Amino acid sequence: MAEFLDYFRKERLPHIWCPGCGHGTVTGALIRAIDKLGLDKNKIVMVSGIGCSSRAVGYLDFDTLHTTHGRALAFATGIKHAKPSLKVIVMTGDGDCTAIGGNHFIHAARRNIDITTIVMNNSIYGMTSGQYSPTTPHGMLGTTAPYGNVEHEFDVCELAKASGASYVARATSFHVTLLTDLIEKALMNKGFSVVETLTQCPTYFGRKNKIGGPVELLNWIKDRTVNAKAATALPPEKLAGKLLIGELYKAERPEYCASYAETTARVQRTYNDYKGGNRGCELNSD
Amino acid sequence: MAENAKLMQGNEACTMGAIAAGLQFFAGYPITPSTEIAEMCSEELPKFGGKFIQMEDEIGSIAACIGASLTGKKAMTATSGPGFSLMQESIGYASLCEIPVVIINVQRMGPSTGMPTSPAQGDIMQARWGTHGDHQVIALAPGNVKECFELTFKAFEYAETYRVPVIVLADEVISHMREKVILPNPSSYKIPMRAMPKNPAGYKPYGADPDGGVPLMAPFGQGYRWHCTGLFHDESGAPSGKAAVAEKLLHRLERKIEKNAQAMEDYYAESMDDCDVAVVSFGSSAMAALSAVRRARKEGKKAGMLRLKTIWPFPDQALRRLCASAKKIIVPEMNQGQLVLEVERAIHGKAGVIKLGKVTGELFHPDEIYRALKEAF
Repeated sequence: MAEFLDYFRKERLPHIWCPGCGHGTVTGALIRAIDKLGLDKNKIVMVSGIGCSSRAVGYLDFDTLHTTHGRALAFATGIKHAKPSLKVIVMTGDGDCTAIGGNHFIHAARRNIDITTIVMNNSIYGMTSGQYSPTTPHGMLGTTAPYGNVEHEFDVCELAKASGASYVARATSFHVTLLTDLIEKALMNKGFSVVETLTQCPTYFGRKNKIGGPVELLNWIKDRTVNAKAATALPPEKLAGKLLIGELYKAERPEYCASYAETTARVQRTYNDYKGGNRGCELNSD
Repeated sequence: MAENAKLMQGNEACTMGAIAAGLQFFAGYPITPSTEIAEMCSEELPKFGGKFIQMEDEIGSIAACIGASLTGKKAMTATSGPGFSLMQESIGYASLCEIPVVIINVQRMGPSTGMPTSPAQGDIMQARWGTHGDHQVIALAPGNVKECFELTFKAFEYAETYRVPVIVLADEVISHMREKVILPNPSSYKIPMRAMPKNPAGYKPYGADPDGGVPLMAPFGQGYRWHCTGLFHDESGAPSGKAAVAEKLLHRLERKIEKNAQAMEDYYAESMDDCDVAVVSFGSSAMAALSAVRRARKEGKKAGMLRLKTIWPFPDQALRRLCASAKKIIVPEMNQGQLVLEVERAIHGKAGVIKLGKVTGELFHPDEIYRALKEAF
């Protein structure tokens, strides 16, 4: 492995995350996966939205885009469609991705556009100090759920799968080796890939729900999960209320940019004598 | 008939103007009365390797355009009132992050769903102040089909030169009207191109003259590895919460447009030299106004016509200069009085300003403006 910090903008450190936050663990896993695959730093674009998760990209030494709340995938779609040779990775959180950005999430998945999305799911809005999110479990506390969350949570992976993503996996900031391995596979998938990572927010989620510090919260997350392979041998009562981790779904589906390129080739065969006004098209060499 | 003469619609002319300027990417969402632009882009762009995408909403559309622009491609979206409202947050993003993008807003009756197929000019202030915070935009208003071509072309020129979002404020009549247009010879086009850095070493993504300089823009994917954020940022692109950094950045962004405002002034003036009463208008309202002014002139009344093509930055200097002899200024517009506020501000009491708003979803009839002229004399 290259020097780990070579992937960081060292002058931008230290980061703004709280002590005990899981986001650094997830960012580390992503960097290790990129390093293992030997991807070209100059051809990677990292895109994020708003929230704690989205601050990750600012510390990383790639072309990085910190966008508006919820819209990372829409910006990323523009980048990938305009220049398919780039490797586009989105770092997002549960609120950013499944609340304000939910529409872009399901449509990016439906298109199966070749973007790798890392959802850092800490079940809370951390940046705004602890409001409940679409992934806060029913009954748990947030600053806007002082009597317990009335709503029920999304299953991010089921949502991605149903919407058309071609690679869906889940890990946690406890299962770091598994997480790195899954991100690596997601990066290799040509299509829309989602790796949901359950991660700890001790400052707001852990404290508000009286779970304890980072270690207790990590253990709490670990106990909520069951490995997908092990789950096949377990009786249903052992799986009740548990989230599966591991590779959850993989499918061969046409990728958006590839399909658009095919259509373009067909159109150009028909209109190869087209003399339309554009003289900038030679710049568009993807 | 000249080879390049074509009967076309305003929306078609916008699309062709964009393609002439080197459009390579269009993202949009269907909305009346702008949809023909998306339809035509979906058909034309693949022919020369450009990219079209129909996004899930207008928020996604402008976001995708900004993303595409960051890879070095010329990007555009087209919409109308409700969609334009949805785009506002990311227009602010493009403004702060200095990302060239062109937005065609074919104005229709509002607020809300309003009268989707009726013309209006109610987005003058939304174009200027729609997104939160102090910021600068450029907005151009075509007054006929040919200008849809020309001003869309010019919109790219400004977007690329100044690294700002540029809005083309068309309206339902201009966009759906068909006229004969003689297109310029393609070899005469000077394709606008943003200034790019030559070497990643020492690249400062936001390094520029503090007095309105435009930084060099590196396309993503070419080894510059820079950070683009909607947080206030210093010259290196790093987020900053420092007062001095914020002040310096916003000052430069303001000066960038302010100091070039006079160069961007664009208008059509007729009989303004000696006029007693001037009519100042834009877009389709100006068509009726011109007819009324000519009728008044024929009757010996000293009426003048000033049709603004550049709306933002507001052409203060041109207005004051051209209206020097006017005692009164009538401002017909299809809203309850938006442009008139700017005319009043710029003319600063040197002439009486008369508001002539119309919000019925119908075009002005020349008689309505003629009557206002007669009253003014």
